[in-house]
Amino acid sequence: MRPDPATRLRWFILRHRTGLTVWLVAVLLALVPLAVRNPYQLGLLNLIGIYAVAVLGLNLFIGYAGQISLGHAGFFGLGAYGSALLTVHGWLTPWPALLLTAALVAVLALFLGLPTLRLHGHYLAMATLGFNYIVHLVLVQWDAVTGGPSGISGIPPLGVAGFTFDTELRFFYLVWGGVLLGVTACLNLMRSGVGRGLAALAQDEVAAATLGVHVRREKVRVFVLSAVFAAVAGSLYAHYYHYVNPDGFSIFKSLDLVIMVVVGGLGSVWGTLLGVMVVTLLPYYLEFLEAYFDLIHGLVLVLILMFLPQGLVTGLWDHLRLTWARRRVAGRGEAS
Amino acid sequence: MNGWTDLVQFLFAGITAGAIYALVALGFGVVHNTMGIVNFTQVDFVSLGGMLLYSALSAGGLPAPAAVAAAVAGVTLIGALVEILGVRPSRSESHLVLIFLTIGLSIILRGLMKLIWGKNRLAVPPLAGESVWTLGGATILTQTVWIVVLTALAIVALRWFFRHTDLGLAMRAVATNETAAAVVGLKVWRVKAASFALAGALGGLAGALITPITTLAYDVGVLLGLKGFAAAILGGFGSFPGAIVGGLILGLLESLAAGYLSSAYKDVLAFVVLMGVLFVRPRGLMG
Repeated sequence: MRPDPATRLRWFILRHRTGLTVWLVAVLLALVPLAVRNPYQLGLLNLIGIYAVAVLGLNLFIGYAGQISLGHAGFFGLGAYGSALLTVHGWLTPWPALLLTAALVAVLALFLGLPTLRLHGHYLAMATLGFNYIVHLVLVQWDAVTGGPSGISGIPPLGVAGFTFDTELRFFYLVWGGVLLGVTACLNLMRSGVGRGLAALAQDEVAAATLGVHVRREKVRVFVLSAVFAAVAGSLYAHYYHYVNPDGFSIFKSLDLVIMVVVGGLGSVWGTLLGVMVVTLLPYYLEFLEAYFDLIHGLVLVLILMFLPQGLVTGLWDHLRLTWARRRVAGRGEAS
Repeated sequence: MNGWTDLVQFLFAGITAGAIYALVALGFGVVHNTMGIVNFTQVDFVSLGGMLLYSALSAGGLPAPAAVAAAVAGVTLIGALVEILGVRPSRSESHLVLIFLTIGLSIILRGLMKLIWGKNRLAVPPLAGESVWTLGGATILTQTVWIVVLTALAIVALRWFFRHTDLGLAMRAVATNETAAAVVGLKVWRVKAASFALAGALGGLAGALITPITTLAYDVGVLLGLKGFAAAILGGFGSFPGAIVGGLILGLLESLAAGYLSSAYKDVLAFVVLMGVLFVRPRGLMG
């Protein structure tokens, strides 16, 4: 006997819930510009989209694989400057520049990751921080190439066959399309064997190795992948603002990216979007508190880590699921 | 100036910077040994040392030696408070959480300093005014002599503290085995607060000594502190002789490189050394 259509629909939704969520979010995002017409607000959403691409990668590395990086603003900066340099001098058009930059950053991340990822905890934190500091200082000091503190301007926008993404609205669709691709990639990766391996090594490297996870190789691979995410976000940043300077790529920006990961929740893909949104919008909506801003950032980070060490979204979600499960168990107890 | 006086000048600059890095590296080491974490607020202890010195001199009107003592005492107290209010309540064992936690605390301290003292650069007069010594044709600020002497005294005092006081011995016991220390009745929580206080004292002293001859702002400790960390890694993280040797080597390398190679990339050197050591020999020279 075939089950009735309502049951089959329920099964379908249950089985495809991840994919359906992505489609639902895609539709909602496509409709956003109907509600948000103000270019300033669209601009904020675009900025959130750019950071979301970088933080998705960083969350894979920090939240999912349990490693520490305080240097991803360095990769972000290299992506931005790579695209800027390649296109401003007319060597390449924007898309090939983006791809070449991402490939170069991947190679760099590989060479950086091979020796660095043998390290644990604070050593890894400091090695990545050191890398970021070097990148930032070179961007400031190497005047002849990077334009020094004043940066590079006149970067052309991205385009496809004569259609350029040069307005807030057009770029909105481009960047959020990119975010959805990134989200899908992360969700699929997490449910693959490689993703399960990463989650295992985050818990216990020795146990993961005994179960056949090639710990070192997987760590380097996820590091390179997260660096590529950051580099692509950097390229988008350069082509969106048409201008780059070293300010946005210092070690403090790396700390901001980490705060976004922690607010979103360690290892939570959807939480990442929320974390980026909260941290990016906070300064705009609490402008009157500007003087207290560092303080608020620090307090947010410290309080979340104290009370929900898994991060805000993941922590609250786990808490909710636990409460529901308890209630279900209690309900069953009464029924029997 | 000839080559010889140049060299003397560079060597003195290197030893001065090296002494400061050594103090910061010792601060990192003290907390790491008792608590097993890297305390990112160490960099802010350095800024705080300078800031409190500034306030003690200008608002408090204290004479210079008393102002330095007051600044160091103030940062010592703040160090203990950071541990009691910030680190202790988390009760986490995860490296990831603890590292991010001290980063958060460091951001809070910088935010507070920015609120209290503002964003602008401040000026603090050197301990002995602008007087200079001449040695072999090179002129040396009296402050640099003070830095070297006081750092040496601090190191001697630290050595005595760890060998001959109850608290110092308790800290070494906790560093060796926390559970065993608790079993024999040592109050581990008090030792942990004390290690943060000691780290505060070392960082505060470094800040109070160096800011008069460099510059003072709420974030001045970040660079100095991270270089101090690089020195600690170079010498061997957690090793006290390593911290001193690492600090001096890094200070000298930096000043010689700035003098003979390029001053634009002077600040990169510490991080190149840091990464080089981590790549080749993560336990450092004496670790």
